[in-house]
Amino acid sequence: MERVVDPLTESESTLRAQSGRIAFAIMVAALIVAPFMTYPLFLMQAMCFALFACAFNLLIGYVGLLSFGHALYFGWASYLSAYSAKAWGLPPALAILTGTATAAVCGLVAGALAIRRQGIYFAMITLALAQMMYFFAVQAQFTGGEDGIQAVPRGKLFGFVNLQNEAAMYIVVLVIFLAGFLLIYRIIHSPFGEVLKAIRENETRAISLGYKTERYKLLAFVLSATLAGLAGATKAIVLQLASLTDVNWPMSGEVVLMTLVGGLGTIFGPVVGAFVILVMQYKLAPLGEWVLVIQGAIFVACVLLFRRGIIGELANRLRIREL
Amino acid sequence: MKRFFALAALAVALTCGSAQAQNKTIKIGVLSDMSSLYAAIGGPGSVVAAKMAVEDSGVEKKGLKVEILSADHQNKPDIGASIVRHWIDVDHVDAVADTPTSSVALAVNQVVKEKNKVFLISGAGSSDLTGKACSPNSVHWTYDTWALAHGTGKAIVESGKKTWFFLTADYAFGHALERDTAAVVKANGGKVLGTVNVPFPATDFSSFLLQAQASKAQVIGLANAGGDTINAIKQAHEFGIVKGGQSLAGLLVFVTDVHSLGLETSQGLLFTTAYYWDRNDASRNFGKRFAKQHNGAMPTMVQAGVYSSVLAYLKTVAAMGGKADDGKAVMDKMKSKPIDDPLFGKVTIRQDGRAIHDMYLVEVKKPSESKGAWDYLNIRATIPAKEAFRPLNEGGCPLVKG
Repeated sequence: MERVVDPLTESESTLRAQSGRIAFAIMVAALIVAPFMTYPLFLMQAMCFALFACAFNLLIGYVGLLSFGHALYFGWASYLSAYSAKAWGLPPALAILTGTATAAVCGLVAGALAIRRQGIYFAMITLALAQMMYFFAVQAQFTGGEDGIQAVPRGKLFGFVNLQNEAAMYIVVLVIFLAGFLLIYRIIHSPFGEVLKAIRENETRAISLGYKTERYKLLAFVLSATLAGLAGATKAIVLQLASLTDVNWPMSGEVVLMTLVGGLGTIFGPVVGAFVILVMQYKLAPLGEWVLVIQGAIFVACVLLFRRGIIGELANRLRIREL
Repeated sequence: MKRFFALAALAVALTCGSAQAQNKTIKIGVLSDMSSLYAAIGGPGSVVAAKMAVEDSGVEKKGLKVEILSADHQNKPDIGASIVRHWIDVDHVDAVADTPTSSVALAVNQVVKEKNKVFLISGAGSSDLTGKACSPNSVHWTYDTWALAHGTGKAIVESGKKTWFFLTADYAFGHALERDTAAVVKANGGKVLGTVNVPFPATDFSSFLLQAQASKAQVIGLANAGGDTINAIKQAHEFGIVKGGQSLAGLLVFVTDVHSLGLETSQGLLFTTAYYWDRNDASRNFGKRFAKQHNGAMPTMVQAGVYSSVLAYLKTVAAMGGKADDGKAVMDKMKSKPIDDPLFGKVTIRQDGRAIHDMYLVEVKKPSESKGAWDYLNIRATIPAKEAFRPLNEGGCPLVKG
């Protein structure tokens, strides 16, 4: 089917296939070199947000579903990961798994409810459910309310890799990020991913072709929530804390911003977007009150000037259909 | 002759050595909320206060260089913790100051302890900072929620207003404030006539205020903070609650809240503070100097706390010959003897990091009593240092033995 639609010639098509690979190689190389150039903790945090944005992008970019409640999966995964590591003394790998599983379950419940409606109603249902869980986090004893869960032990991975060591922690986060990233790439390029894109383009038509679109949408929703959870759970172990910031609605907005700035529906866009937003939050921190103003200005510029986002615009200039 | 040269060389080497030690720059990072909720309480004003402390400490004349850095933690604990890690690892910051928002302060507290630097807490209120989460590297200088709730509760009951009704923000923080205040009210012979839990955050307090009014309690305790407190006070004014003879007690109120509400709305409000600019000559002098550098705004107790804690820190470091690398050693030295502070009076720092000083119960003036801008408060009672803070053995701090 792809071939019929594809106007590119064979040789250009291989170049196109390679451009993704080249970009991936550049990204991996940059992430390996970066800790020697800049501060590793910042990079680890940025990778967690990048994975979060990629997971979000899977839903909006490839199924066309705008979830405005992704903080729910990110934040609750980080709470459960932090709590299980601190209170139950679970090793980091199991703590991250606990967090991720929590997000998967939340995603299944929220998704099953939300996918029954489309457009703005879908967004509002996801937002409402996320806010419900936010208030639960404010009230519940184990989340520590305003104070959050602090001093989470990083522990030892598989019993022998001491994660207090920044280098070891960095490698673990890098592996988790790349695994999540490649999984998303695989999902997008599988037959399942093709169906998702068909739903994005024209859901009625996909139904007429015999696809049970509800099931596809639900599975995509759960996958997206789970990967967002993986990012949140990892972040809790890296930064050794979980707090209300990650579960509140501005976080859901921030991930939309990251994806938009980087490029909606592009594979590398969310990664770039996450890094751009985080660098802004850090580099502008000494400027005080200007952080939000500048962030707002960039968002406006992005929407007005390059609507495809940084990577989307770049791919368009270079005539690469997918980056 | 040879001997002379050897001696001269030795002397030069020694002076160079000590000069080198003297030339070390002490770096203090002011980490605060620069742009939202708490910016007026700490924020840019805290940076001004820290710079004033550097001037007044006189350590620069003794050859120590001091540099003040600042950053906006945007009320996100992960950003706060990462900034502090970066400050310490890359910029070699020796002490972190201020830091409102308890979740951020608790995160920074961990980092500073791990890296063995010094944390001069002024803006954060959580009493856990000297309780479960206490650290040998931190001092909690200005106030905490226990001191405010307890101080306000006790002083008001002692003034003869014995019946209370609480409006409680319905989350852990609000319940903790209510619990601490209710306990002291009862212990001093007062009575709690009722409580109502208000969803957090709330904009409409009307039905809750009507319940409070109907209870006929003498005092309505506001177990909430920030925007909730401001909304509650505004609406209480609209219902004429204070004019009707009931008093409002704020359990977490700052002078800037009074400034933004205006005297007409907030008159009669009772609360506890660690610093008020118009208390004595030293505080007036500091307040006026500060206001000149900060758009005419008088310092809050948090900003005054940043000033005093940085001042005490710098004096200690200077007394130690400029060696600030070992944060715990500096902290131990600060704890070793009482500090005579221009703003807070006699301050002692306890084992758990709690700075002990007098607190003041204040009442907001009527508009007719005020002589001009920032003339807002009457001091009603002084809460002596001994009684102002949570007893050492009740906090659950692991550093406290026995």
